[in-house]
Amino acid sequence: MNGLGGSSIWVRAIGVCGSDLNTWPGTRAVLRGESALPTGATPIPLCSKLPAAERRRASKIVNLAMGAGSEAVASAGLDAATLPSIFATSSGDGENCHAICSALASPDSSDHQISPTRFHNSVHNAAAGYWAIATGAMAPSTTLNAYDGSFSAALIEAKAALSTGIEDVLVTVFDAPYPEPLHSKRPIASSLGVALALSATAGPGRLARLRIDLTDHAPDRMALGSLEALRCSCPSARGLPLLERIARGTHGLVRLDYLEDVRLEIDIDPV
Amino acid sequence: MYPLTLSRFTLTSCLGSGLQATRQALLDGRSGLTHARLDDATSETFVGRVSALSDMRLPQPWADWECRNNRLAYLALHQDDFAHHARRAAARYGPGRVGVLIGTTTSGIRETEQAFTQRDADGALPATFRYRQVHAGFAVADFVRTVLGLQGPATVISTACSSSAKVFPAAARMIASGMIDAAIVGGVDTLCNTTLFGFRSLELLSTTPCQPFDADRAGLSLGEAGAFALVERATGAGDANEVLLLGAGESSDAYHMSAPHPEGLGARLAIESALASAGLSAQDIDYVNLHGTGTRTNDAAEDKAITGLLGTRVACSSTKGATGHTLGAAGAVELVLSALAIQTRTLPGGITTKRQDPVLRCNFLTHPQSGRVRRVLSNSFGFGGSNCALLIGAQAP
Repeated sequence: MNGLGGSSIWVRAIGVCGSDLNTWPGTRAVLRGESALPTGATPIPLCSKLPAAERRRASKIVNLAMGAGSEAVASAGLDAATLPSIFATSSGDGENCHAICSALASPDSSDHQISPTRFHNSVHNAAAGYWAIATGAMAPSTTLNAYDGSFSAALIEAKAALSTGIEDVLVTVFDAPYPEPLHSKRPIASSLGVALALSATAGPGRLARLRIDLTDHAPDRMALGSLEALRCSCPSARGLPLLERIARGTHGLVRLDYLEDVRLEIDIDPV
Repeated sequence: MYPLTLSRFTLTSCLGSGLQATRQALLDGRSGLTHARLDDATSETFVGRVSALSDMRLPQPWADWECRNNRLAYLALHQDDFAHHARRAAARYGPGRVGVLIGTTTSGIRETEQAFTQRDADGALPATFRYRQVHAGFAVADFVRTVLGLQGPATVISTACSSSAKVFPAAARMIASGMIDAAIVGGVDTLCNTTLFGFRSLELLSTTPCQPFDADRAGLSLGEAGAFALVERATGAGDANEVLLLGAGESSDAYHMSAPHPEGLGARLAIESALASAGLSAQDIDYVNLHGTGTRTNDAAEDKAITGLLGTRVACSSTKGATGHTLGAAGAVELVLSALAIQTRTLPGGITTKRQDPVLRCNFLTHPQSGRVRRVLSNSFGFGGSNCALLIGAQAP
């Protein structure tokens, strides 16, 4: 549609952490139709890479991001300490936001005290901060928010970074449900972190080559009802049509949710 | 990637709406901070409030977006003919070729705080509460893109107090990669209880107007502001007033969630990277607009980064004594103030600072100072250890 520029990027590895899908091999089997989407929420594993003090303070979304990111970096054989990172989340830490708004709404003003940990966990880049502390990464890192298009916004930023001299970048997209009453206003129904280790160049072990552009065509839906429900239930699951193509090793165009009037069109070549 | 031209920019803060009011306040050495009491009535502080927002309402077509943060975005967009020039850029390049990248930390959460006080007997939020247009972090970029009629890529960057500094290198990457030809970048953040009570809990909220780099500094003062810039490729055809984005550097502290690296290591990496991206060296910098929040540890760490890298002679000041710390808007606010310093040949003073901390060795200006300003470094550092340094300058002499 617009012509974002023709350069390709390569997927080196994928990581998945969530209540429905977990690990790339597990997710790959589900997306290939070799195993069923698990029913019932899987507990989110706690990240073992964080120092003890940070591990105590880290919340569910931090563990989602750390789990997915760690798997992708390990599978890609990259050094997290020197790897630039792009995080994207629509709603950030919804449980923390609920706790702060509840405390501030209390009629008893002595309840308005917010703990320092709650406050620093409220920043949208909390997961990025914990990731940097856990991995020792002093490389550039950003945290994006494009509502239901956050997955696509992160891919666009990755394409821009990889076309301007960055060799490898880690993209981590994650979201998790709000408690009520915010849940009724923003019904995110599942917890999911997806990480992609992306590279500017071809090389051994690449999973796919991607050419990313914008389109006004509607986003692809998942053929299987349960996976389509998952895609719609969580902003970070909006990338499932891309993951399915990579899992099946098929080529062609896939379209992902982005903004109301613009979608992402990705031309995928297995390599 | 660089240079890019900042072909238009504007700022609305507690100093006033638009560049003329801002320039006058800087020349007068006036602070916009005013006394405020937290709404539990137990704590006092000073805030940089945009008083025009209280009585303002968004025009009817945008009524669904009504909240203080979007009002501030709208007010700021309509100063200095900025919206007009943004639409002209869209007409020139095509609306799909102009990106929108906005920094914010709290978006419209002020309205969510109020909605929580209006929960019904079942705990539900009022029917009038609109999550997507008000609470969502993306709301302000969505709103700006909608108001300006743009159809290109859009995102919010939310990395705490570096948010709207980081929109500049992000836009530069998108332009360099050929995705877009121009970008509306900026920062918008409004005062809310989450940040007022949050900084108080960290014991970082000053009870007097903040005094960056002062021996007696006792924390920060919060402010609200909206700042925007239209960023395009530099053609070399700009006039004498043209301000260029010469480079930018980003880094992570990898140290602590809410305290800076004590040696300013992350800050130093970001500044070094900004200099490298611009092809400049330390002696090319005429003025540093410090992050300078007024907290003990932030100012000490930044001083180490600055003096270690640039020495102790380059003129430095923090404008947060005038504007307050506008959090996610601070990067764009201070980029505009730095651009005005170049255009008016006047370095802003750190006007609330009375006696520089003798431990801090940078050349901190407490009063406005006139003189030739060619190249300015503007620092922004945030929670989670997110650092961004921007370099801007006048055309090559």
